[in-house]
Amino acid sequence: MTITSLTPGAPAAFPARQVEELGLRESATFDRATIADIQRAAATGVYDIRGWGAKRKVPHFDDLLFLGASMSRYPLEGYREKCDTDVVLGDRYASKPLHLETPVTIAGMSFGALSANAKEALGRGASEVGTSTTTGDGGMTPEERGQSKHLVYQYLPSRYGMNPDDLRKADAIEVVLGQGAKPGGGGMLLGQKITERVAGMRTLPVGIDQRSASRHPDWTGPDDLEIKIGELREITDWKTPIYVKIGASRPYYDTALAVKAGADVVVVDGMQGGTAATQQVFIENVGIPTLAAIPQAVQALQELGLHRKVQLIVSGGIRTGADVAKAMALGADAVAIGTAALIALGDNDPRYAAEYAAMGSAAGYYDDFQDGRDPAGITTQDPELSSRLDPIAGGRRLANYLRVLTMEAQTIARACGKSHLRNLEPEDLVALTIEASAMARVPLAGTSWIPGAK
Amino acid sequence: MVTLIETQTQDYATVTDEVSTLVDLADSPVRDLNQALHGAADGQSWTVENPGGKHSLAVGINAAASVTINGHAGYYAAGMHQKGEVTVNGNAGVGLAENIMSGKVHVKGDASQSAAATGHGGLVVIDGNAGARCGISMKGVDIVVGGNIGHMSAFMAQAGRLVVCGDAGDALGDSIYEARIYVKGTVASLGADCIEKPTKAEHLAELAGLLAAAGRADNPTEFKRYGSARNLYHFSVHNSTSY
Repeated sequence: MTITSLTPGAPAAFPARQVEELGLRESATFDRATIADIQRAAATGVYDIRGWGAKRKVPHFDDLLFLGASMSRYPLEGYREKCDTDVVLGDRYASKPLHLETPVTIAGMSFGALSANAKEALGRGASEVGTSTTTGDGGMTPEERGQSKHLVYQYLPSRYGMNPDDLRKADAIEVVLGQGAKPGGGGMLLGQKITERVAGMRTLPVGIDQRSASRHPDWTGPDDLEIKIGELREITDWKTPIYVKIGASRPYYDTALAVKAGADVVVVDGMQGGTAATQQVFIENVGIPTLAAIPQAVQALQELGLHRKVQLIVSGGIRTGADVAKAMALGADAVAIGTAALIALGDNDPRYAAEYAAMGSAAGYYDDFQDGRDPAGITTQDPELSSRLDPIAGGRRLANYLRVLTMEAQTIARACGKSHLRNLEPEDLVALTIEASAMARVPLAGTSWIPGAK
Repeated sequence: MVTLIETQTQDYATVTDEVSTLVDLADSPVRDLNQALHGAADGQSWTVENPGGKHSLAVGINAAASVTINGHAGYYAAGMHQKGEVTVNGNAGVGLAENIMSGKVHVKGDASQSAAATGHGGLVVIDGNAGARCGISMKGVDIVVGGNIGHMSAFMAQAGRLVVCGDAGDALGDSIYEARIYVKGTVASLGADCIEKPTKAEHLAELAGLLAAAGRADNPTEFKRYGSARNLYHFSVHNSTSY
């Protein structure tokens, strides 16, 4: 959110340091962000809609550590011995599975939510390092198809821009049941971003506040989904891999049901996963952390004897190669990044500090992606703002970042003696907190204790 | 500012069939039928026997070919249809002609839920009744139903026309955008933001065209027109009970 009551240039009553020295006490319950939320609600009468995922602190990959090799394990030589990173996605039923060079993929983000330049930059960066990008709610653009070597086409409840020509052009199809930022919620795109082109692709009147469905229009439940996946396979002659994406809430059951419905790949998105526009109350209070979701999804796959046969892609809060390695050690075959990819393109860059301040926000805090006024030219449809993002330069930054993530993950895998990222295992991990230990199902560091383990 | 979507009258498929290829689904799998249809050339004609309510029959057609299914079809018959013409001499299951882009799909019996869901273009004719959510999220398809339609039909309907010669169930056109609905019989209830609208000469003309395309003799003046009040196009705290 942005501060609506702020008077620009007004001096604070006391400098922050002086407030502390006076011994003033801030309430843990009614902290300043909470007070600002209440004031904003009282002033506007509308709930806060914003981008990003959950901002609250939850147990995360930061709460896990790797056990490097020493006496009982053999490390690999960092610069000489191979540590492979490739991954095959979708070989359960599809005759043309994806073969990616790195397990770090780009999550679904729509043209509409993002500018055409941002979509092109994502395609360029991902293609340069041999990974995939994903469309979003609003269809496939020619720019995106043109720049993406591997393109995943999302099949969403709204079916905006869904057409069989693009379906046949897709390298994979992702049936979206939900996303981590809002499991159970539908899409939302506010009028500022419904330009003529976006409206045309979605068959909507220009300038309206788009409401979109949270349930698919022509199937309900896992038995129907099986028939729906059958139809998509028939249309694409069983060539194209079919993913099922779920927002993490009950990942054990949802993963098992997605597998039963015939998915080639299951995508699980935790609550830190981003959105372009969702009610803050939804983002912060619905869904479970990525860390808690992975072991549940892996357990479902293992019990069905399909772990590694149906691939698991995990997203929601992946920032570093360590996060990639930790997700994979817990059993993921690949990960997806969204927010981090936008940051690599230039989102929340301090160079735009003055413009963020003018909007009542700051670099590092800006989350009003629904507004379409992004100074970095990413989450906007404004031609002037969009033109600030050079898709070639942005693509290069993303490719650099993806290479760093991959190399960082390799560094850790080699230290654990693994010749492939997928060989990382839960046994390589310990937890720093009891909460993380219970969620990730790895022992608390220095103990053999996993809370809740039988 | 809101710019409305123009409604255009489309050319539906016309296929002249001479020799028909026979596929008996008692002997061959659905997959072979669909793969063969994906290689079909314009003007070809196919007849499907013993469909037995199987799912995903004649999906993804992308040629001006004609397919006649003699019997009942399961879910998603003629799904994502383009250009050609599919006729079902029987009933159709859930999601008939879902996301149809162009061409024509004609069911001689009844259709289940979500008929023509999200359709972008073309014509879907159901001689009998259609179940709930007929025309849900429709995006330009034209639908003509000879009988009644179930509840929540034309939910979030964005564009296209839905013609009902019988009665409509509850919550017709809930959260509708720019689609037009014509109902000859009674409407159990209208959904949020859907209202009755005056029928002008242009509407009578388009309705007559749709009825003729569906091969029906109903009198256009006996229908009432429904569409969006456009009160929900912008989020407002005052509409909180309508969302």
